[in-house]
Amino acid sequence: KSTMIRTVFSRSLPRLCRPPACHYSAGAIPEPCSQPEVHYDKLFINNQWEDAASGKTFPTINPATGEVICQVAEADVADVDKAVKAARDAFRWGSPWRRMDASHRGLLINRLADAIERDSAYLAELETLDNGKPYAMSYTMDLPTVVKCFRYHAGWADKWEGKTIPIDGDYFCYTRHEPIGVCGQIIPWNFPLLMQAWKLAPALATGNTVVMKVAEQTPLTALYVASLIKEVGFPEGVVNILPGMGPSAGAALARHMDVDKLAFTGSTEVGHLIQQASGSSNLKKVTLELGGKSPNIILSDANMEDAVEQAHFGLFFSQGQCCCAGSRIFVQADIYDEFVERSVERARRRVVGNPFDLKTEQGPQVDQEQFNKILGYISSGKREGAKLMCGGGVAADRGYFIQPTVFGDVQDNMTIAREEIFGPVMQIMKFKTLEEVVTRANDTKYGLAAGVFTKDIDKASYVSNGLRAGTVWVNCYDVFASQAPFGGYKSSGNGREMGEYGLDNYTEVKTVITKVPQKNS
Amino acid sequence: IPGGCLTEDLGKVFPAYNPATGEQICEVQEADKADVDKAVQSARVAFSLGSVWRRMDASERGRLLSKLADLVERDSVYLATIESLNSGKPFLPTLFLDLQGTIKTLRYFAGYADKIHGTSIPMDGDYLTFTRYEPIGVCGQIIPWNFPLMMTAWKLGPAIACGNTVVLKPAEETPLTCLYMAALVKEAGFPPGVINILPGFGPTAGAAIASHMGIDKVAFTGSTEVGKLIQEAAGKSNLKRVTLELGGKSPNIIFADADLDLAVEQAHQGVFFNAGQCCTAGSRIFVEEPIYDEFVRRSVERAKRRIVGNPFDPTTEQGPQISREQQNRVLGFIQSGISEGAKMECGGKALGLKGFFIEPTVFSNVKDDMRIAREEIFGPVQLIMTFKTIEEVIERANNTDYGLVAAVFTNNINKAMTITTAMQAGTVWINCFNALSTQCPFGGYKMSGNGRELGESGLKEYSEVKTITMKMVTKNS
Repeated sequence: KSTMIRTVFSRSLPRLCRPPACHYSAGAIPEPCSQPEVHYDKLFINNQWEDAASGKTFPTINPATGEVICQVAEADVADVDKAVKAARDAFRWGSPWRRMDASHRGLLINRLADAIERDSAYLAELETLDNGKPYAMSYTMDLPTVVKCFRYHAGWADKWEGKTIPIDGDYFCYTRHEPIGVCGQIIPWNFPLLMQAWKLAPALATGNTVVMKVAEQTPLTALYVASLIKEVGFPEGVVNILPGMGPSAGAALARHMDVDKLAFTGSTEVGHLIQQASGSSNLKKVTLELGGKSPNIILSDANMEDAVEQAHFGLFFSQGQCCCAGSRIFVQADIYDEFVERSVERARRRVVGNPFDLKTEQGPQVDQEQFNKILGYISSGKREGAKLMCGGGVAADRGYFIQPTVFGDVQDNMTIAREEIFGPVMQIMKFKTLEEVVTRANDTKYGLAAGVFTKDIDKASYVSNGLRAGTVWVNCYDVFASQAPFGGYKSSGNGREMGEYGLDNYTEVKTVITKVPQKNS
Repeated sequence: IPGGCLTEDLGKVFPAYNPATGEQICEVQEADKADVDKAVQSARVAFSLGSVWRRMDASERGRLLSKLADLVERDSVYLATIESLNSGKPFLPTLFLDLQGTIKTLRYFAGYADKIHGTSIPMDGDYLTFTRYEPIGVCGQIIPWNFPLMMTAWKLGPAIACGNTVVLKPAEETPLTCLYMAALVKEAGFPPGVINILPGFGPTAGAAIASHMGIDKVAFTGSTEVGKLIQEAAGKSNLKRVTLELGGKSPNIIFADADLDLAVEQAHQGVFFNAGQCCTAGSRIFVEEPIYDEFVRRSVERAKRRIVGNPFDPTTEQGPQISREQQNRVLGFIQSGISEGAKMECGGKALGLKGFFIEPTVFSNVKDDMRIAREEIFGPVQLIMTFKTIEEVIERANNTDYGLVAAVFTNNINKAMTITTAMQAGTVWINCFNALSTQCPFGGYKMSGNGRELGESGLKEYSEVKTITMKMVTKNS
């Protein structure tokens, strides 16, 4: 029997994704089951569940306890080959998928959204179990955003139009927006369901077939969604999902001679490898969503309370495991002291605990490796002379919990100011002038996102136009929408996801030119 | 209207008929000017800055349209039954074509609601400038009786996707399914006042909408004759934006190299579909001389086989005309054809004692200047003419004030390209007819109307573009 419990999230939620009014009026987040049953743990190829060719499995861990949840089939090269063949066959000329009305593709994607919505309480439990993010977040943010992403792209399926073009000469010229073909997609562990939606939705709306390798840390929710893909009626082979490791299955996908395109979200380090693999194999098209070291610039006329809360959220959200985390907070000199004091007080108040407890704001880091890495960065911060204001240590006896940590007086050349930490570690720096801060903010190989807090109309436009970043937030942070393109400048990636722009990455444009007896305008 | 479906004073009513029998189905409240005023007022309030509708996420507008589509799908058998009963359209085609078309149109525009993009623009000078595509405001919509449900969806879909509020008047002949849709609109959860539906007559309620000072745009589908009145009314009142989908006298051109079986069947359906009551009716069929006689022979044989009868009989292909008035009008055209010297190959008479049925009628040896060749008949009357050269048929096909659609049947790519470029028509079909789909813009050249419905083009008619230009300290590219 479940009881309804009101959530304590009113401060952060409005900035997240504005969940529809019903989430407030129903009030409610259903009491979660902390041990949801795992139904699917194999490879999903051609709408069938299969063991790996090698028979190998790997464990997936609950990061709140360090315990194994279950074993999952581990895909390797042979399985990737099989999945690519299935996807290639589903894409053949004359196949059900190729012959399908575009509007019907949209209808299938909408049905998938409906099925995910139907099972969202369960999916949120599974996501929290496998990833460690607080259940209240999984249920009120991740799941509704996933549903909206699919619905948004479902609407595009029959609206992605080519053009007819008045070329010189007696010709009739038009373009077709065709699918690229078999798309490899490699997704990370920080937002497993959402990253799956960001990848599948545009690829399917535009008519491609997919081989998706999910992160080894968090395979479970993606596999459940695979069962829904079959349930709602996608033809076999259109979507294939392979749990497995990066260096084996991921690399096999990146260098596969029969994969037409690869989309990768993950670290910049691996992004380099993916791009090289494309060059040394078949020159498959590559889009990358990589890391960031995003600046969040607080000017002295900003609303202090708002800026502190947003900057806190912008860094600590999702246990700091966000590609766009605002991890370099530049605060104007005259408000610096107060800002640091308030930020430390807020960090001390951050509730770290069992992700299934609805009061929890911060769960564990996703695994041992990340946990160690973050603690390493914290050490370097201390070593290099940053001022540890709070936190800095382990937060629990088991699982991978780290205390919310704040460093003040951070210098631009410190390791913690230059490298992506991907954990709950906040860096606050001081600046004097606008020109200086824009220069310093841009002084990074990354360029994913940025924030600026100010009431001044001229300063807002100056800073937002000057920052070399794919998304700039003004008086807000981490505002995402399926309608708005997202992606990186420089080493934060190439290409954009979401919005109409996101469809380009999944399209081949064919120009058709027909001779006509006599052209007229 | 918010507050209920009844007007305040239970005043006038008018009858809704079953055209297959001529009998009354029921009585319906009749809206007049006062009711239009009330509806416009509620639509205006629903549109005010800061209202629930204005503050709603665009994607949520889309969700509401999607829900409406789901409800129409849920009740599609019932809706098809009422549509068939009130309009005389055969039940099975209504269920498979009209209902599916209605659902698909609502779903298509549901998907567009949050994809209506403005632009940011690199203008000269130190400025940041961008455009917003805003809703126009309160839209009056007047729809005809030939496809009541589909026309409701064609009008509501884009208007709602773009964020407008609506006052819609269905045709007095066919108010019933539109009123049921209103109940579904409420069930789907649209805020009150966003969609208002007023059954009533053209010269009263329709005219009140066209000349209303509080309506920002009027969209009308119906006869060219009334279209002209709407445009005048807009000009005389507040210069409201006007889009019109009017009549047609569309040419269907059959070349000697066409697939003859295909051409005969498509030309047959092209003119007889919906008992000839289509704005797109291919009502002037130009057949290249070498195949003319054979084409006429096959067309007559096909017309004689056309099954006219009770719309609820699954074998029926053709139901009644919508009203006694329409039936008489069509019979009048048939008489003029005979008296002007066209050869009536078959049909020509009213059918049965009850209802408003007409026999499928074919005329050959039609001359371009005959009344039946120049004016829109809107009935089951097929006209077949002959032509010699491509230049000749292009000129004759275009020699009309109308310009809604055209078609060409040929295997030759060059002929197809030439005809499609030359036709002064909003839609040109190659080796098919009446191939309409919600993704494709549809509308008329010349006096067949102005503006386009469906497709992305349909959205433009329901948006007002605002350019916002802000001074910047220094611009960089």
